[in-house]
Amino acid sequence: MIVARTGNEAMAEAMRQINPDVVAAYPITPATEVVQLFSTFVHDGTVSTQFVPAESEHSAISACVGASSAGARVMTSTSSQGLALMHEILFIAAGLRLPIVICLVNRSLSSPINIHCDHSDSLASRDSGWIQIFTENTQEAYDTTLMAVKIAEKALLPAMVTTDGFIISHGMERVELVGDAEVPKFLGERKAKTSLLDVDNPITLGALDLQDYFFEHKRSEIDAMNHVLPIIDEVQKEFGKKFGRNYNTVDEYKMDDAEVAILAMGSTGGTGKVAVDRLREQGKKVGLIRCRVYRPFPKGAMLKAVSKVKVLGIMDRADTMSTLGGHLYNECRSILYDSEERPIMKNYIYGLGGRDISIEEIEDIYAELFNIQKSGEVDKEIVYYGVRGE
Amino acid sequence: MKKEKEGWKELPIGLVLEGGSSKRFETGDWRSEKPIWDEKKCTNCFICWIYCPDSAIIVKDGKVQGIDYRYCKGCGICAEECPPKVQAIKMVREEK
Repeated sequence: MIVARTGNEAMAEAMRQINPDVVAAYPITPATEVVQLFSTFVHDGTVSTQFVPAESEHSAISACVGASSAGARVMTSTSSQGLALMHEILFIAAGLRLPIVICLVNRSLSSPINIHCDHSDSLASRDSGWIQIFTENTQEAYDTTLMAVKIAEKALLPAMVTTDGFIISHGMERVELVGDAEVPKFLGERKAKTSLLDVDNPITLGALDLQDYFFEHKRSEIDAMNHVLPIIDEVQKEFGKKFGRNYNTVDEYKMDDAEVAILAMGSTGGTGKVAVDRLREQGKKVGLIRCRVYRPFPKGAMLKAVSKVKVLGIMDRADTMSTLGGHLYNECRSILYDSEERPIMKNYIYGLGGRDISIEEIEDIYAELFNIQKSGEVDKEIVYYGVRGE
Repeated sequence: MKKEKEGWKELPIGLVLEGGSSKRFETGDWRSEKPIWDEKKCTNCFICWIYCPDSAIIVKDGKVQGIDYRYCKGCGICAEECPPKVQAIKMVREEK
């Protein structure tokens, strides 16, 4: 079925079809609609979910942890400060290996207070042990929400699927929906090995773990992350085969003969693809790489993609506050360290607090990348693109 | 001899342990002071039993039997709460 949906509506629609056992949530702009719409499904009886309207995001994710420990399929949604308030519990959910899924709408973290998109909220949680997938458009947000449940339950790790605040969350697009009956068939039932509510087989969960066992448990959690990429590949393949839409951990666009490329995450991937098409019409060999799966970092696929070009412009919609540039820039420099041939890299920190990035600006960045290719030199490796006073 | 501790691959996934595992965690070795219970002075009022945060006062057939040193952390609450007229519990330095 083809419908017109905003990103939030599409994620809520996916949640309706998933029909989770429990959704515990607290509303926050711009993610409010996801759970607001979902609560109407609960009210109308179109889902059989136990809905817990919590008094804060910390409580919401804590209720998710409890329900997931009982073996339930659990989802929630949040944004920015909400995710920051969940921060403490994010690590616990991952450590307890609970496959909770968060529909996360990217919004910048205070201060200054702002409600618009950048990636500072999700990236501040990058070390929490959650799988993180950044989507480019409404269709992908919908599809990835469906896939994330399966990925999380196979990996026994929690996952967050992100959309860019307002750009995707409130932008209406054409979305192709999977049939209602197809979703339960695709996902199957969650089969938890243990349940906190199983009084005949009582368990202790999350006991104190000191110098003698903490490291072993952490090592096992790290190992779980090592197994995630093949699981994502497998689920993406199955989804593509069943529903005809194919996804990769790293999305390559017109990269086969590209000389220069930009690497980005989220909706900028879509804006960049239009810029690529325009420049291709002028015969310029440009390509685009989009990091779809950010945690775990898809090293193999990323190396393959970035190694194709001579010059790479890396666009980060957040800063690490380390004076070393953005997240993608640092990770790409790190994975390329052992390569004999590396592209020249330049980091563009852009779009903080929802500052718009236009097709023309991306074309401008491509022009700069060609200049770098010609001269073989980068004068400034990290720039703040689109900020006044530079 | 103590059993060798498991490596990370042998541990159950997700910090799940069997129920009641704290029973195996003998916190008595944290103790620096030790309660000594005097059977002759004890009136079996059970105030120590009510207050003990570690359920370390052993009671059998309606009578206090002594202290479970496997779990007693030596906090001294029992000695403090034992009525002044009774003074059946005294704290002494733990010698190990």
